[in-house]
Amino acid sequence: MQAIAYQSAKSIDEAVSVLRQWGERARVLSGGTDLIAQLREGRRHDVEVVLDIKSIPEARELRYSPGQGLYLGAAVPCYRIYEDAAIARAYPALADSAALIGGIQIQSRAAIGGNLCNASPAADAIPSLIALGATCEIAGPNGRRTLPVEQFCIGPGRSALEQNEFLVALRLPSPAAQSGSCFLRFIPRNEMDIAVANAAVALTLNPAKDRITAARVAIGAVAPTPLLVPEAAAALIGAPLTEATLERAAEAARAAARPITDMRGSIAQRRHLARVLTRRAIESAIQRAKES
Amino acid sequence: MVLETEKKQKKYKVIGTRPIRPDGLDKVTGRARFGADIDLPGMLHGAILRSPHAHAHIVRIDTSKAAALPGVKAVVTNADFPHVPAEELSLGEGAVNLVHLRQNVLAEDKVLYHGHAVAAVAATSAHIATEALRLIDVTYELLEPVLDVRDAMKQGSPILHADLRTRDMGKDGDIPSNIASHLHFELGDADHAFGEADVVIEREFTTRMVHQGYIEPHNATVSWDEDDHLTIWMSTQGAFNVRDQMARLLRLPVHNVRVVPMEIGGGFGGKISVYLPPVGAILSHKTGRPVKLVMNRTEVLEATGPTSGSYIKLKMGATKDGRLIAARGELAYEAGAFPGSPVGAGCMTMLGPYDIANATIDGYDVVVNKPRVAAYRAPGAPISAFACESVVDELAEQLGIDPLQFRLQNASKEGTRQLRGTTFPPIGNVAMIKAALASDHYNAPLEGPNRGRGVANGFWFNAGMQSSLNASVNGDGTVSLIEGNTDIGGTRASIAMQLAETLGIPMEAVRPTVVDTDSVGYNAVTGGSRITFASGWAAYECGMDIRRLMCARAAAIWDLGEDDVEYVDGVIRARKDAAKKFTFAELAGRINSTGAPIIGNASVSPQTVGGAFALHIADVEVDPETGKVQVLRYTAFQDPGTAIHPAYVEGQMQGGASQGIGWALNEEYYYNADGTLANASFLDYRMPTTLDLPMIDAVMVETPNPGHPYGVRGVGEVPIVPPLATIANAVYRATGVRFRDLPISPRRVLKETQGLE
Repeated sequence: MQAIAYQSAKSIDEAVSVLRQWGERARVLSGGTDLIAQLREGRRHDVEVVLDIKSIPEARELRYSPGQGLYLGAAVPCYRIYEDAAIARAYPALADSAALIGGIQIQSRAAIGGNLCNASPAADAIPSLIALGATCEIAGPNGRRTLPVEQFCIGPGRSALEQNEFLVALRLPSPAAQSGSCFLRFIPRNEMDIAVANAAVALTLNPAKDRITAARVAIGAVAPTPLLVPEAAAALIGAPLTEATLERAAEAARAAARPITDMRGSIAQRRHLARVLTRRAIESAIQRAKES
Repeated sequence: MVLETEKKQKKYKVIGTRPIRPDGLDKVTGRARFGADIDLPGMLHGAILRSPHAHAHIVRIDTSKAAALPGVKAVVTNADFPHVPAEELSLGEGAVNLVHLRQNVLAEDKVLYHGHAVAAVAATSAHIATEALRLIDVTYELLEPVLDVRDAMKQGSPILHADLRTRDMGKDGDIPSNIASHLHFELGDADHAFGEADVVIEREFTTRMVHQGYIEPHNATVSWDEDDHLTIWMSTQGAFNVRDQMARLLRLPVHNVRVVPMEIGGGFGGKISVYLPPVGAILSHKTGRPVKLVMNRTEVLEATGPTSGSYIKLKMGATKDGRLIAARGELAYEAGAFPGSPVGAGCMTMLGPYDIANATIDGYDVVVNKPRVAAYRAPGAPISAFACESVVDELAEQLGIDPLQFRLQNASKEGTRQLRGTTFPPIGNVAMIKAALASDHYNAPLEGPNRGRGVANGFWFNAGMQSSLNASVNGDGTVSLIEGNTDIGGTRASIAMQLAETLGIPMEAVRPTVVDTDSVGYNAVTGGSRITFASGWAAYECGMDIRRLMCARAAAIWDLGEDDVEYVDGVIRARKDAAKKFTFAELAGRINSTGAPIIGNASVSPQTVGGAFALHIADVEVDPETGKVQVLRYTAFQDPGTAIHPAYVEGQMQGGASQGIGWALNEEYYYNADGTLANASFLDYRMPTTLDLPMIDAVMVETPNPGHPYGVRGVGEVPIVPPLATIANAVYRATGVRFRDLPISPRRVLKETQGLE
């Protein structure tokens, strides 16, 4: 790890101007749990300045109200999500993700926004953000723009952020009544691992709680980017809560998976796990919706 | 939990208690100094360039750009080492050819594995040193790598060493080969015995290369002085062994080399062979300044010795009344880039738990394009026990006999002839199996789907080797104990306790200090489960030396003959005059006013190690949809002879079981087809975390070793021998599938149970 300049921006405008000045040689730092490891391991030789956004108020804010939904600053560390009872209750899949990224120390630094910007195919927060319908708020030299989170990742380690842009915050809509969500990942151990496959499901039940009225299903570590699987959601919406419905949705997730074989898992194993995890996440989301 | 403690508690005052370790406070407060804590005036920082290829000729190394970088003080390659003869050098656990050792610390004309050291830099900061590595230009001519032990044995396989010939029964072959040696062991007449067997089972097994996974990476700080005296601060399992390796590699007199052992963060056999000190030495020689080298985790995994991957074919036969009568085995172990796998120990320990009269075992030591293996906790034994205990389990099942009962009725005992020719002294195998049979765990029902219970036995020789120590009696009745053994598993405590027991004083009155190689007599490595046994024996002899001197001093004070004074329970008294007596502390207070200081000395080389057995029981649950194995309950039984400090024996048992469970379930060196190691991090080299293990219950079943003053048997290694098969046998009962290839990862379970490739 070579000498690297550090700059801390106090405002969005200041951050954008630093990015304009340094261009490709700058990297945005929030919790740093991915970036610093990459720098230390020499995986990024081109970085000359890290730009800390933790002093930008908009990036640190965490705000929830049942009417407005969730505003999640890009630099908010994981623990603030699962320690806020109202947020954890409204967005259980996100709380699942926040609670299993790293250990306690990592969760005290690592941000959901950073997890998204790192754009790992196996990221543990992204499927939850996709399932929960999150929107990215992006700032750059040309002002602000928004983007649905499922369009944010465009390849392993690559995002839709344009030159000199950075992620300011995520917005998640308020869940409707009788909603539930769940995130699951499979790792060979019980901690300290990168997902072999993961899945997130968010759904809403009808008042009688016997039919699904809305659903979003996302899977990860089974394609170059985390995937939204509309076919799986379609299998659930309007259908009765039967074994066959759940299997159809899980099978749709399996069919959508386009994994590779590497040291963490094989193609067949990952496709199979996409099905198993989707199925289990649906069951858990239904259970949570019933209890909500 | 110690069975049979009651008897011992009456017999001993200190032994069998659980005092706080003398080094405990320093370690929990962070005061303890480990190798990487060294910082010397003028010290330079070293870094090592490593091969990105598994197998290649080095055509050219251009260091000129690196040497020109401001702050770089020296760049070295293998050419900077003196030439050494091709002699064998004992490492205590294992041995190495000096030329191979020299080629391993810095490659000569070939790189033989991904991560093989090629060149090194010393600079004024670690950052500059790392930066300089990128400026070293190495031209490689790539060669095809060979990664699997069976491939490497084939005719026509890529050859690692053009000059390597197969040593077979003391004779060298005449063509280049990757098979460094062929070992052959015979007991009785296996061919004939198979003819009499009612049930014969033959199976094949494979295991992958695995690493010890000690927490602390390798480190060394070396200062080569103007008068050619070398001082090395490092964490090592054997300071004297490092001294010998360095003297031989650098062609220096032994007394020119001083090794200062720092506290060590684990070793398990992996910190015996040298990696960094020779490189640090030539860098220091060139620069005239001390040079510090510290590996990162990737370097540790890529380039320091793991243990062998293996292929085993094993056939065993039994009579229908459940008597094991024959075995035939073929064991091929990967040595890594240079000869020296633990296949010999694998062959000789495999059948240790059994009284089996006829066996033929062949072993092959095979080089492959992976790091040179190092000792790892009972080197070689877990691999062969995996095969043996799997086949034994299957035989018991086919015969309809309870697996523990089958092991009991075939158990080795005092007088059983072993494959290596000797017979067992009194051993605790039978008592241990009986304790397991009677245990709550074995008799508790295991209910629920996808669950299974497995058992396996394991044997390890243990080692004696050489130990020296001395102790000074202080005026207040305390004793300063000087020893030379790296304390990995609580040996300061276990040695001090044996001295305290001998002297009849509290353990807290003995202060142990581990010193450098100039400050105490020779000590072999902390390995082979030998320190509490051998250095404990030395402590006993040293204590007896002090007792004699104390009695002689009292006799002089009382004007009695030495024979008229006796030493009983820490009291020195006249045999015939009850009024004449000193406590240890009272006499200690008079030592310097009545004559010379009292110092006890001892050096020992005991051979009667006793042998150690471990038997493990595991309950597992397998998720049939994901293939993940969860260990629900685990009990380790072991014969420690006499448990000196039972808490540390339990710690060894739990540690060995944990490492073995990792080996069984998820640990493996994962190589890409081009021979590069894909998972050189603790993220992807998956050792179990605390969340992956249940409480490991430790049950000590003591059968004192008659070959030791306090009945000690080594305890550190044998607990890693049974877990591989214990887990595999449990998973079989949960899934109905026998797993004969490790690790039993979720991926493999899905493959074997659902056909998912």
